Amino acid sequence: MIDKFVQTMAEAMDGVKDGSTVLIGGFGSVGQPVQLIDALIEQGAKDLTVVSNNSGIGLVGLGRLLHLRRVRKIICSFPRSPDPVAFLELYRKGQIELEIVPQGTMAERMRAAGAGIPAFFTATSVGTRLAEGKEVREINGRTYVLEHALKGDLALVESWEADRWGNLTYRKSGRNFNPVMAMAAELSVVQTMHVRELGEIDQECIVTPGIFVDRVIHVPDGGPK
Amino acid sequence: MTEQANWKPRDRTAMARRVAADIPEGWYVNLGIGQPTQIANLLDDREVIIHAENGVLGVGPVAGPDEYDPWLVNPGKKVVTLVKGGAYVHHADSFAMIRGGHIDLCVLGAFEVSESGDIANWATSDTDDAPAVGGAMDLCAGAKRLWVLMDHMTKNGEPKIVRTCKLPLTAPSAVRRIYTDLAVLDVTPEGLSLVEMVRGLSFDELQARTGAPIKRRS
Repeated sequence: MIDKFVQTMAEAMDGVKDGSTVLIGGFGSVGQPVQLIDALIEQGAKDLTVVSNNSGIGLVGLGRLLHLRRVRKIICSFPRSPDPVAFLELYRKGQIELEIVPQGTMAERMRAAGAGIPAFFTATSVGTRLAEGKEVREINGRTYVLEHALKGDLALVESWEADRWGNLTYRKSGRNFNPVMAMAAELSVVQTMHVRELGEIDQECIVTPGIFVDRVIHVPDGGPK
Repeated sequence: MTEQANWKPRDRTAMARRVAADIPEGWYVNLGIGQPTQIANLLDDREVIIHAENGVLGVGPVAGPDEYDPWLVNPGKKVVTLVKGGAYVHHADSFAMIRGGHIDLCVLGAFEVSESGDIANWATSDTDDAPAVGGAMDLCAGAKRLWVLMDHMTKNGEPKIVRTCKLPLTAPSAVRRIYTDLAVLDVTPEGLSLVEMVRGLSFDELQARTGAPIKRRS
C-alpha cells in the first residue's frame, strides 16, 4: 500500500543535507509552508540555497531560517515584505548572496526543471542588467535571453487537501508557486490543511498528482497568518 | 505665477479614471501595485477581466468582512475577491498568460519613461540595495500593450519623461502610452505624440515640464 503520509516532522525532513537547494512555496504568507520551514530549522541543515518569491516576513518561517544563518544564497523576485528584517540585516552585512530573478522567469525555470527542459529562451529581461552575461539569440526578429532550469533538492509545499498517494489541491491564491515547486525538486514534502481518503478528492480537481509528491504531513493549523 | 490659476493637474482618482476610460470591454488587464490597482474600481459596468500574477484571473473588489478569506490576495497582498467566472492558476500558467501574449494590457507605474518607450520602474539606482523586480520585467516584455500611469514630474520638479532613462531599465522600447496628471502621450516610432492635456494647460507649459520633445498631432 502506498502511503506518503508521515507522522512526525523529523520523518518529513529526514535526510536533508547541508548545501541543499530548497524551493519554498508561497506568495507572501499565502501558501507558505511555515511549519515545514520550522521543521527544516529543527533538522539543522545549513549552507542552503533558498528559492522563494519573497525574502521572509519578520522572524517567523523563512525570516527565522535566514536569521539563524542557515542560508548561503537566496533566489527570489521580490526581496521585500512588510518586514524583511532578517534578510536586509544579512544582505547589508554581505552575509547572504542574492540572485534577483523576474517572477515569471523564476516560475518557468522551475517548471522547466520539472518538465525535463534544461533551458529556454525568453524576452523577459532582455536589454536590462538582469540579462548581463547571459546568452542571447534572435529568433524570428526578436531578441531572447537564455534561462536555465532551476532544480531543487527539496521542495516545501503547502496544500489544502492531500490523500495518501500525494494527490493535492490548493486553496485560492495559495496555489501560486507550490505546484511548480513540487514538480521541480528531487524530494517534495507537503504540509496539508486537510487529509482526504484515496478517491475522495474529485479527480477532475486534483492540481498536483501524487507522482510529484514524496512525503505529506497533516498540519491543520497552517494557512496564511 | 498667474499661469497657475488657469489649470490644475488631475488628482489620483481622475488619473486612474482617465486610463479606465480607454479600456474596452473584454480585455484581460494586469494592473501594477499602487495607483494602477485603483483603475479596476473605475470601469463602471464593463466586463474587463483583471489578471493578478499570483494566479488569479478575474480579481474582484477588496473583500468586505463577510467575504474575507486570507487565502485570496492580490499582488499587493491585499485580501480581495474573485468575480463570477474567475479562475485560479499556478504561477507558471499565470506567467504563460503574460509571456505568451494573452494579456491585452498592463498598466504600471514608473520612475522614468524615455521617448522611445524605455521604462525604468524597479531599481531606484545602480547601487539600490536588494532591488525588487517582481513580475515587472515579465509584464513589460510580455503584455500585448504597456501603458504607464505616473506623475508628470518628480516631487522635486524633475521631468519623469526623458530622452534617455538614467535608472536601470525594466524593459527597452516597451511603453505605448503614458498617462500623467498633466497629459496623455503616445510613444510612437517618431517619438512622443500629444493625445491630450488638462484643460487650460498650454503646449509650451507641458513641453517645459517634459524632458523630451513632444509632437503635436496635426
